[in-house]
Amino acid sequence: MTFGERRKTVQGLLFVAPWVLGFLVLNLYPFCASVWFSLCDYSVLSQPVYLGTRNFHDLLQDPVFWKALRNTLLFATVSIPLSTALSIGLAVLLNQPVGAQGFFRTLFFLPCLVPAISLAILWQWMLNGQMGLVNVALRPWFDAINGLLGSSLQPPDWLNDPSWALWGLVLTGLWGTGQAMIIYLAGLQEIPAELYEAASLDGTTAWQRFFHVTLPMLSPVIFFNVLMGLIGALQTFAVPYILTGGGDGPGRSLLFLATYIYQNAFDFWNMGYASALALVLFCMITILTFAAVRFGEKKVHYEGR
Amino acid sequence: MKGRVVVEYWEKWTDFERAAMAARVDEFNNSQDRIFVRFLSVSRVDQKMMLATAGGVPPDVAGLWDLNLPSFSENNALLPLDRLAREAGLQEEDYNPVFWKLCRYRSHLWALPSTPSVVALHWNKRMFREAGLDPERPPRTLAELESFNEKLTRKHPDGSLAQIGHMPQEPGWWLPDFPSWFGGASWDGGGRLLLEAASGRAFFNWLESYPARFGGPELFRLRGAFGNFASPDNPFFNGKVAMILQGVWMDNFIRKYAPAGFTYGVAPFPETDEHPQAPLTIAQTDILVIPAGARHPREAMEFIAFLQKQKNMETLCMEQRKLSPLARVSEEFLRNHPHPYLREFQELAQSPRAQPTLCLPTMKEYTNDMLVYANQVLLGRMSGEQAREEMAARQQKALQAKLERWQRVAQVRTAAWERELAR
Repeated sequence: MTFGERRKTVQGLLFVAPWVLGFLVLNLYPFCASVWFSLCDYSVLSQPVYLGTRNFHDLLQDPVFWKALRNTLLFATVSIPLSTALSIGLAVLLNQPVGAQGFFRTLFFLPCLVPAISLAILWQWMLNGQMGLVNVALRPWFDAINGLLGSSLQPPDWLNDPSWALWGLVLTGLWGTGQAMIIYLAGLQEIPAELYEAASLDGTTAWQRFFHVTLPMLSPVIFFNVLMGLIGALQTFAVPYILTGGGDGPGRSLLFLATYIYQNAFDFWNMGYASALALVLFCMITILTFAAVRFGEKKVHYEGR
Repeated sequence: MKGRVVVEYWEKWTDFERAAMAARVDEFNNSQDRIFVRFLSVSRVDQKMMLATAGGVPPDVAGLWDLNLPSFSENNALLPLDRLAREAGLQEEDYNPVFWKLCRYRSHLWALPSTPSVVALHWNKRMFREAGLDPERPPRTLAELESFNEKLTRKHPDGSLAQIGHMPQEPGWWLPDFPSWFGGASWDGGGRLLLEAASGRAFFNWLESYPARFGGPELFRLRGAFGNFASPDNPFFNGKVAMILQGVWMDNFIRKYAPAGFTYGVAPFPETDEHPQAPLTIAQTDILVIPAGARHPREAMEFIAFLQKQKNMETLCMEQRKLSPLARVSEEFLRNHPHPYLREFQELAQSPRAQPTLCLPTMKEYTNDMLVYANQVLLGRMSGEQAREEMAARQQKALQAKLERWQRVAQVRTAAWERELAR
């Protein structure tokens, strides 16, 4: 290695050193420590005591863990397709050459700037069963249906009814689709106009162009957003935590894995058990991400390939 | 502050409660020139103190809750105060026994009370009048409470509940203590929970009677209209619930949020016919502790002892509009106190039937589960018996795990505490 090459190597290493150091101290060490704690009884204030696989054994027999896992997976399964469809739809609409385009783009992006805590408090009121704006908007529709059918249907008591609480949270999540929408919008503008022209010359309808040009060309962006959405959905914490006042929601319907980890670590002082739960969540995210990447290799259309 | 020992003091209070303690801190700082107490109002003080203690940088004094004592002491996060308190001239006889008990765990003194509370039935006199009940006469037995409940409950034309006389889950903060009213404890003080006892069964059956009488979905729909506790939409203030179990502090919120002309009464929570000797009230107290690893424990105790003087304690409690934890209460305190029912609360606290609140090593898990299962029963999704059985099984296991943890370190811990006390 020449002097110049060595100097460049040292400079390169110095530039990446802060990141490497941060990664080692703030990510790798806590991760390794967490793996060790998952095999221990650990209250944070006392020395960890090795228990073997007992935490994992307990976890398998813990109905609250299964409930939290079910809620987490159900939320991800429902919220990701819904928010994907909504954000693509909005992006397509906002990509049309209409007046005040910039205003509308800003308007739909604005909710993303609201911090999660404020968002949760806002939606606590929006979803209130008696006075919430969502039900105020729904009530005339229910009255009309009741008038027609002679029924006595009521709008859902979103945050108090275990059957509806998760749906209330999904609704809250849709508030933040603006971020994905902006990325889709950027993706849409990258699609070459000649593809649409060629498709039009072939006599395709708007829907056909959407399904055969827009979606395939947008697929890398969709893949990225779905992957990020999946990871985010599996780590859902702040909004349900605030919505339930730090609790589990009715019938534990708003208890997610991340909340259960937090409760065990900081409320119940079971850091060992919390670490075991965190490891399960980590494995789940890794497996699902790996599966998504494998799926993406087959289905995602990359222009350069 | 220069040249003085700085004592860091973390406290949970905000607003006028913080101001009342800040004034006492100032008085202490002005009363001498060796110690300076730096007072900091901290949210979620228990979690932050736990992490600060683990990190080796705890404050010198912290204001926690009584229910924190078992977990903090068993995990070596606190300094036993027996010796320091004795040296400061503080002794059991100075305190109302129920509050002194709340400061002890595993035969040691871990804390001293700051401002305490006992709970009592609060009733809305206007709603009593409108229901044809005597607004000056509260229910005296549980059966009477339920008969009042029927009279105070109103429905909308569509059958949904407009208001209710009483609902155990509003606010539900003392659900873990409720089995006491049915004649038995919830814990044997050792390794066994007693939810399978007759008192536990009777309590869950009582919960189950609510959806049976009023309808689970209707109760939940009514609850959906309840606003935040500290707001004008509190269901007790806005006439949605006529009778609630609440602590001495409720008057502060009534003054701030209840509508003009709101009148209420206070009385012991009704006893059951079968258990007339059951507790009249549940006692709780905010506490002052010295964390293990505190840099200035002696100076910290000097400050705590200053607060425990009758005059200072009474001023603090009066400004926070709470009762006094001390055995002796001055006539001036009773006369000048702004709480209209202070004498009733003070009498309840001094009654031999005042019971310390349940303080398990698993208190947070227990309370969390209790709320979940009580709500499942309220909604009619679980029978009382099913909820009781599931909860008892889960919580017995959680308690067992904590006891195992304790047994692993018990010998070392108790030896360290004895060494500390013998120093």
